[in-house]
Amino acid sequence: MTINRAFEAGLSARASVWPADGESAVPYRVFVDPAIHQLEQERVFRGPIWNYVAMEAEVPGPGDFKANFVGDTPVVITRGRDGRLHGFVNRCAHRGALVCRDLRGNSSTHVCIYHQWSYDCEGNLIGVPFRHGIEGRGGYEEGFRTAEHGLRKLRAAAYRGLVFVSFSGDAPELEEYLGAVARHWIDRTLGRPVRILGYSRQVIDANWKLYAENVRDPYHGSLLHLFNATFGIARSSQQGGVSMDPGGGHNVIHARRRDARDETLAYAREKVRSYQKGFSLADPSLLRGRPDPGIDTSTSIQSVFPTLVIQQIANSLATRQILPRGPRRLELISTFFAYADDDPEMIAIRLRQANLAGPAGYISMEDGYAIELVQQAIESGQDGSSFVELGGCEVESQDNLVTEASIRGFWHRYRGLMDRGA
Amino acid sequence: MSGAEIRSAVEELIAAYVSAIDDGRLEEWPGFFTDDCVYRIIPRENDAQGLPLAIMNCESRAALCDRVSAYRKANLFAPHAYRHMLGPVRITDGGGREVRARINYAVFRTAFDPVGYGASELFSVGEYRDRIVMVDGAARFREKLVIADTCRIQTLLATPI
Repeated sequence: MTINRAFEAGLSARASVWPADGESAVPYRVFVDPAIHQLEQERVFRGPIWNYVAMEAEVPGPGDFKANFVGDTPVVITRGRDGRLHGFVNRCAHRGALVCRDLRGNSSTHVCIYHQWSYDCEGNLIGVPFRHGIEGRGGYEEGFRTAEHGLRKLRAAAYRGLVFVSFSGDAPELEEYLGAVARHWIDRTLGRPVRILGYSRQVIDANWKLYAENVRDPYHGSLLHLFNATFGIARSSQQGGVSMDPGGGHNVIHARRRDARDETLAYAREKVRSYQKGFSLADPSLLRGRPDPGIDTSTSIQSVFPTLVIQQIANSLATRQILPRGPRRLELISTFFAYADDDPEMIAIRLRQANLAGPAGYISMEDGYAIELVQQAIESGQDGSSFVELGGCEVESQDNLVTEASIRGFWHRYRGLMDRGA
Repeated sequence: MSGAEIRSAVEELIAAYVSAIDDGRLEEWPGFFTDDCVYRIIPRENDAQGLPLAIMNCESRAALCDRVSAYRKANLFAPHAYRHMLGPVRITDGGGREVRARINYAVFRTAFDPVGYGASELFSVGEYRDRIVMVDGAARFREKLVIADTCRIQTLLATPI
């Protein structure tokens, strides 16, 4: 399909089903249409934004590299001999093969196995076999310049240990892109050096934007995830708020502990199924944490547009990368971390509380299931749209959690990119 | 116990363990462990790099019971069943009061939701690394590490492996 056709298809979808004003209804077509998925590659992922690809702790030394994806595009992030971060598209400038074939490692060169074109850590072409032919025959013509055949370079930058790349010269500097609100929360969670504890990966048969909505949706927390209420654990969801940047795309859902009895009463009044009496944990050590300096929230889920999530659930800390795998599938990669100066007991607490998140997480496993249920049902209802009017139709920070303002914020930012030139 | 008796006890324990899970008798699952047991599902990706993160991390039998309670009362997931296929038991250390054994496993997951009803998929392959002790004449897991080659989990993992 050509870009033009994709563009027209996307345009007609928007024209027919987005509300005339605002983002209080989302056409289901954006979650299924391959043409929209194609257009996102150009306008969102390769657009004037920054994509999270790694933590600096994953590429600490010169020559360290990590392969990843930005949308559909394979990329590599490296640390050069000079200690600086570099990013390039993982596609040989010669005939298009994947150059870097390991997920992570250390190497001063990256050699495409097909014809052994070799590149340095910055993506510069440094070696071409038989460039001058053999015995004066064959090879490249005199005008061939290695400088013109490097890997497609990306802008690379880090903030507080989070590594981002951008395809676009139009993206503002990373700090400006993040903005004051997102930086404030990143400073709080990632203000100290970290060490990686490990990874979890899951694939979910749903469009990536359904997950981007999910992490911006404070309404579902206490209604879909029944673990806390079932076991009489103080629910935090009733006290907190949503903070967002003026563009709407970066959001934080934050919740604070409050009196368990008030909480239980609030649930009982609503008669929701999450309220149950009489259960308690047989091994309460799961919940025995320690306050992290500077962190006064019981939970904070920070989203950085488009695909980064920074999770703080009690003492469980992780980044999550939402990776689109076609219009109907996403991969979710969580990188759990601790602070570099944590003592062994604190590490043990974080590893225990990792039970709360990830693919087997007590208060996260339902997310993948719920958005798959959405994907399954909207396939046959592509002319319809979702109803996103909780808390009104505004896109601004909220002092409560019974709101979908942050979901609207995501779509506001998304539409701003997708409608460019429309 | 003789070597043959140890092997027999280990094989019976593991066979009973997987059939309890496959039959959906999850309430029996904690009973295969000692009170002070450790049960972890660790992605091979982490194990290979010496990273400690487990996606399920239970550090007592009580914590296993909590997993079962949450499974029955709190967590929501598509209805499904497991079928474990096991390789031969390899006893790596049977000399002392504790037996160490390794067993390859494959788990097929069959869906029973309206969309996927009856479809089976290979859900996880990997290795059990078990430490088994005798408690009142019965073999029990003192530690069971599930090292999962399948790091990329389809949707979610609710039922233990």
